[in-house]
Amino acid sequence: MSEVRLLVGTRKGAFVLTADGKRQNWDVAGPFFGGWEIYHVKGSPVDPNRIYASQSSGWFGQVMQRSDDGGKTWEAVGNGFAYEGTVGTHQWYDGTPRPWEFKRVWHVEPSPHDAEVVYAGVEDAALFRSDDGGRTWHELSGLRTHTSGPAWQPGAGGMCLHTILFDPQRQARIFVAISAAGAFRSDDAGATWQPINRGLVSAQIPDPAAEVGHCVHRIAMHGSRPHVLFMQKHWDVMRSDDGGDSWREISGNLPTDFGFAIDVHAHEPDTIYVVPIKSDSEHYPLDGRLRVYRSRSGGNEWEPLTRGLPQRDCYVNVLRDAMAVDSLDACGVYFGTTGGQVYASSDAGDTWSAIVHDLPAVLSVEVQTLA
Amino acid sequence: MIRVVLPAHLRALARVEGEVRIEIDGPATQRSVLDALERRYPVLRGTIRDAATQRRRAFVRFFACRRDLSHEAPEAPLPQAVAAGQEPLLIVGAMAGG
Repeated sequence: MSEVRLLVGTRKGAFVLTADGKRQNWDVAGPFFGGWEIYHVKGSPVDPNRIYASQSSGWFGQVMQRSDDGGKTWEAVGNGFAYEGTVGTHQWYDGTPRPWEFKRVWHVEPSPHDAEVVYAGVEDAALFRSDDGGRTWHELSGLRTHTSGPAWQPGAGGMCLHTILFDPQRQARIFVAISAAGAFRSDDAGATWQPINRGLVSAQIPDPAAEVGHCVHRIAMHGSRPHVLFMQKHWDVMRSDDGGDSWREISGNLPTDFGFAIDVHAHEPDTIYVVPIKSDSEHYPLDGRLRVYRSRSGGNEWEPLTRGLPQRDCYVNVLRDAMAVDSLDACGVYFGTTGGQVYASSDAGDTWSAIVHDLPAVLSVEVQTLA
Repeated sequence: MIRVVLPAHLRALARVEGEVRIEIDGPATQRSVLDALERRYPVLRGTIRDAATQRRRAFVRFFACRRDLSHEAPEAPLPQAVAAGQEPLLIVGAMAGG
């Protein structure tokens, strides 16, 4: 019997939610690391019982935790995130230069090939790698020291590297995204990087079509087709069919194209999900109705999914790392809200129910499909 | 022997209860106490002072003998009562909600 394990990071701790393949009855474990902000929790595809959690606090800084038993027990591993070489400057909100300063780990991405290898996307934006299961970290500094670095600026949440995607067909290819710098691609395992933002248009920067400066919120891909990328930008839902070399808008009939999360169906590469949010300053659903939108055509044509979701007086947000899909048949879709709900659909989004209603604000949701 | 009181979150992280008692080499200063504390509990590295700059984290304060020692130099001698183990060094998370 298959099992599904949800890894939920919140403002005040981590939770592990498990169910069998029916995904109807859930066991809730936690909080782990109560009182700490857990930006992200993710398991290794190679060894699903190895799970990493980013634990941080405004008081005590960054701690990295690792579990080797599926989230039952945890051990603090290394928190030495030191920028390599000269620390340059990026733009501050007011446009003045500001030195890079490590603040926290937003996203952990275990390698799909080696359980000892894990990557971390951090604020201020940089990419780190560990080759010893998180005990020590070294920066892949070619990203931060890209010539465009001095022009990068923070989004409202900070200047964070929040998305790390590996190309399953080209092992040396990595995609990352940074708010608010944009998307970048490496074809040499992270040594050198190029911005891949052609086609993005952002009214909030002096040159709306600039090479960098775009507030990319999330990028998603389907593993069978890694040259096709889907992006939720600050405003606009975008698609690339050439590995990020160019982008086109696929917002189509969405009621608003602002949002944070985007994900792809596990078995249908052209079925994608977003959660439209009213605006860049009104971080809640339009008209108080929480609606996931699904496109079955790779964008442009979208249908609202509402069954089981609150359709009045709902003013929560769904953050960029807070949506995930399992790989069962039918595909399960999950998302968490800043109101502390985690919603699950075991039928690809047709119907939803809340697994939990009252967690702290949810920052991230990942899912593991276990045999 | 120096007595140190950690904030609850750091006690949980270090898996200790109550006061921590540590031995130091040489004079009792903030630096020598924190060095010894981090040697004994490596998980605390970076949580009280920045791992790279060694500066006290902004939301962490050091109190002892009803005095605020947060802005004393790291090499300054701690109060005699702390050095003698009569009073604890209090490491305190700033009183800020969140």
